[in-house]
Amino acid sequence: MTEDWQNGGFGLYIHWPFCQAKCPYCDFNSHVTASIDQSRWCDAYLAEIDRYSARTGDRILDSVFFGGGTPSLMNPDVVAAILERVRRSWRIANDFEVTLEANPTSVEASRFRGYRDAGVTRVSMGIQALDDQSLRGLGRLHTAAEARQAFDVARSTFDRVSFDMIYARQSQTLAQWQAELREALSMAIDHLSLYQLTIEPGTAFGDRYAKGGLRGLPDEDLGADLYEATQETCDQAGMPAYEVSNHARPGSESRHNLIYWRYGDYIGIGPGAHGRLTEAGVKHATEAVRQPGAWLDGLGQQTHETLETISGAEQAQEMLMMGLRLDEGVSTGRYQTLSGEPLDERALTSLEDFGLIERTDERLRVTRQGRPLLNAVLRELLGA
Amino acid sequence: MTELAYIRNFSIVAHIDHGKSTLADRLIQLTGTVAERDMKDQLLDAMDIERERGITIKANTVRIEYPAKDGNTYVLNLIDTPGHVDFSYEVSRSMQAVEGSLLVVDATQGVEAQTLANVYTAIDADHEIVPVLNKVDLPAADCARVREQIEDVIGIEADNAVEISAKTGIGIPDVLEAIVQRLPPPQEGDRNAPLKAMLVDSKYDPYLGVVVIVRVIDGVLRKGQRIRMMKSGGTYDIDRVGIYRPAMENVDELGPGEIGYITAQIKQVRDTRVGDTITTEKSPTPKALPGFKPSVPVVFCGLFPVDTNDFEDMRDAIEKLALNDASFTFEMETSAALGFGFRCGFLGLLHLEVIRDRLEREYNIELITTAPSVVFKVHTRDGAVMDLHNPADMPDPGLVERVEEPRIKATILVPDEYLGDVLKLCQERRGIQEDLTYAGSRAMVVYDLPLAEVVFDFYDRLKSVTKGYASFDYYILGYREDNLVRMSILVNDEPVDALAMMVHRDRAEMRGRAMCEKLKELIPRHMFKIPIQAAIGGRVIARETLSAMRKDVTAKCYGGDATRKRKLLEKQKAGKKKMRQFGKVEIPQEAFINALKMDS
Ligand SMILES: Nc1nc2c(ncn2[C@@H]2O[C@H](COP(=O)(O)OP(=O)(O)O)[C@@H](O)[C@H]2O)c(=O)[nH]1
Ligand SMILES: C[S@@+](CC[C@H](N)C(=O)[O-])C[C@H]1O[C@@H](n2cnc3c(N)ncnc32)[C@H](O)[C@@H]1O
Ligand code: SF4
Ligand SMILES: [Mg+2]
Repeated sequence: MTEDWQNGGFGLYIHWPFCQAKCPYCDFNSHVTASIDQSRWCDAYLAEIDRYSARTGDRILDSVFFGGGTPSLMNPDVVAAILERVRRSWRIANDFEVTLEANPTSVEASRFRGYRDAGVTRVSMGIQALDDQSLRGLGRLHTAAEARQAFDVARSTFDRVSFDMIYARQSQTLAQWQAELREALSMAIDHLSLYQLTIEPGTAFGDRYAKGGLRGLPDEDLGADLYEATQETCDQAGMPAYEVSNHARPGSESRHNLIYWRYGDYIGIGPGAHGRLTEAGVKHATEAVRQPGAWLDGLGQQTHETLETISGAEQAQEMLMMGLRLDEGVSTGRYQTLSGEPLDERALTSLEDFGLIERTDERLRVTRQGRPLLNAVLRELLGA
Repeated sequence: MTELAYIRNFSIVAHIDHGKSTLADRLIQLTGTVAERDMKDQLLDAMDIERERGITIKANTVRIEYPAKDGNTYVLNLIDTPGHVDFSYEVSRSMQAVEGSLLVVDATQGVEAQTLANVYTAIDADHEIVPVLNKVDLPAADCARVREQIEDVIGIEADNAVEISAKTGIGIPDVLEAIVQRLPPPQEGDRNAPLKAMLVDSKYDPYLGVVVIVRVIDGVLRKGQRIRMMKSGGTYDIDRVGIYRPAMENVDELGPGEIGYITAQIKQVRDTRVGDTITTEKSPTPKALPGFKPSVPVVFCGLFPVDTNDFEDMRDAIEKLALNDASFTFEMETSAALGFGFRCGFLGLLHLEVIRDRLEREYNIELITTAPSVVFKVHTRDGAVMDLHNPADMPDPGLVERVEEPRIKATILVPDEYLGDVLKLCQERRGIQEDLTYAGSRAMVVYDLPLAEVVFDFYDRLKSVTKGYASFDYYILGYREDNLVRMSILVNDEPVDALAMMVHRDRAEMRGRAMCEKLKELIPRHMFKIPIQAAIGGRVIARETLSAMRKDVTAKCYGGDATRKRKLLEKQKAGKKKMRQFGKVEIPQEAFINALKMDS
């Protein structure tokens, strides 16, 4: 078997499915609940770690990511117990990265030291907007001032701190976003995630939108302008996009997320968590039960997780869909090995003519013009 | 075998939803024709589509035995005819087989457009007519007003109209008495004369083959007879003679005045001709019935399989359907846009929808329907006349001397408050007003309209501007010349044959602009900008530009999204089958029909 390091790496994702409140735009597997039995959850995670490490313990783990939900609601000692078990179960890479997603409130900031002591090396904070009115519009519980304070605590506690912003919000003008982005860039250390607001079906925003509500969202042209302006402003600030929505100073990319985009292997533990795991040369997709209660109760049972074999052709598709999100693009050789067939030369030539993709010896990448049209590029390449 | 004096043959005429089917159910029920436990609603509407839409497509017949108050038992034969304008010619033919009609009018609604059209057909067939006011159980029923309306608008006596509720059963015995007392028995009929029977309708039965509904005039029909269809020339051996009650029931014979069915190993409905005279081969009747002209399709459209691999299945399905429906025509068509398909001719829009639904439902073939069009008569400079069924076949304008189009006379009844909107709609559709009168608070307008302007969405528009309160009926007047040209649509500089249409020159710019704007919405953005143009000959008369796609990218995509993304791609691949490729441009199939819908 080829080594993980040749194939994008090997990571562990841990899903914490609880939040203080459900944000109206959010379609993550997150739930609001009155009380959480943290020690029971802790035991469950540990049991899952044992189950997976029994099969993969000989591999080198590059990263752990606590995602959610709101993992900053976890007790630091739970995080500590998990990381302790992780270190005992796998060999750990030299530049091992442990990220935890945090919501920027004072309560959570008070736990940051505990997380650091547990072994967390990086936090990713959901700041989302820098003015209170927008934050209320997004249904967030924190104010802008509170977020800044939490961010200051974070940067004094961790070496690596990233934060998330959501733009292309209702009634947001190009000029307003440019100003807000410059402010965000002045706060940013070395990593920033900038997402255009997506209206997801099944969310409160999705329902309102379907009923004709939620006015003032940007149309395609303004969306494109906002994206373009974001790229320019970040380039000037030395934080170019290394992925569609992720910016970093070169070298400060999220190692964990790179595993996804480089189509490496990852274990997914927790309600609704997905994994991609190659065992004995066969790649499987795993997906755990979504409901937190059902996940806890079903632990150790057959139905707890579904397992699907991903064919070579499907792997090639997934690799392309994930990899072309990255500025570095994908290896065409790896695509062909997985798929058994080269990419459609006619589609490639036509996309090249439009200036949307570039080919350099062994690699294929999407250009700056192509990136905002990535889905169309993928449809063209994959014949949909 | 019943004596003529104890036979009554009749039909029921009504506007849609006025209660024709319910009344038929009640008549069947009250006379014990069907056991209570076998009773279901709309007994005579046999096909799924008929039941679902509450319309009758094929003529049906039922025999009812009724012991009248005069002590005699009468045989009543009801012929149920289609009520929709598309089939009005069929109706007029079936009516020749009976002597009287019940005119059912909803007492809460009054006379409607189809009431008029159908009752005039009955009058033309010399029927005795008994007016029946239905739905008197409803508080809104206003019998006095409707009586007056029948007298004023239709011009027949309504004093002794029978008041009923087909729903609750009030008045049904009176209807039966009125049939016996007021409708005439069959006039002629000599049992000993050579066989003379009228072919009323025929349909295909999967078990029995073609079943022919007949009305005997002279002589007797029996199993084993060798019969000849006098017009079509076919000869057959009768293997079954029967009646409907409404289930099929074999009888020994059918004599003069009687209505029933025969089967005779006839393979296809196409081999039978409505109105043909059936006689015996041995001793034919000297005088055939006058017969009818076959009905001709007036609305044409292209039907193409969404999945081009379905073409052969579609051919089989169309051929099968056509065996059972002589009024539907088809020929193969190839379109640069849509591939292989068929250009089909229909009696009207409802007929089109029924056939299309059956192809999709019974044969499981998804279809693309192109815009319906009518048959234009194109006179070319060399003196020839061609029937143009497809705008794509229009000769070069330089070769055309003149073009004629079919016109209709439309009768619309509408409550006062919507009259203005209706007049506006008719004017927009190049109508010429012929008459405007009032019947109570309802206006009756008569327009001479081009059929081409009506076949597409006229009826929908009429319904929507009148909130459903207008009723509409029409008949074809004939052909008339007008300034008609072919408008082509070019997408990314390529003409799209399936979008070509015939338009009036004066309205071409407007239609062209509307089409281009509509298409701009219907065609998704591509990676390049796409000009959309309407042109007459080589001259562009309208133009829109669909801008290039600027943004289509998923903002967040992490480990949990790989599966979702892949599944979405599979769905898109399947959806791609519903797109049609024109050069570099993909047009979604709905665009072909939606582009023509006019919003105002
Ligand atoms: N209240 C009431 N409803 C009726 C009566 N007769 C028919 N209907 C209803 O009117 C609708 C149309 O009746 P139907 O017999 O299908 O009409 P058709 O289109 O003329 O065959 C149905 O919903 C019937 O139930 C009646 O006497 N009273
Ligand atoms: C797992 S979520 C959030 C983690 C954390 N609970 C929070 O809300 O701060 C990761 C990020 O995705 C982004 N996000 C979530 N839903 C989104 C949507 N509908 N459109 C755009 N971005 C979204 C937000 O920026 C969010 O911080
Ligand atoms: S956005 Fe974050 S805090 Fe809001 S519901 Fe989703 S996971 Fe929870
Ligand atoms: Mg009916």
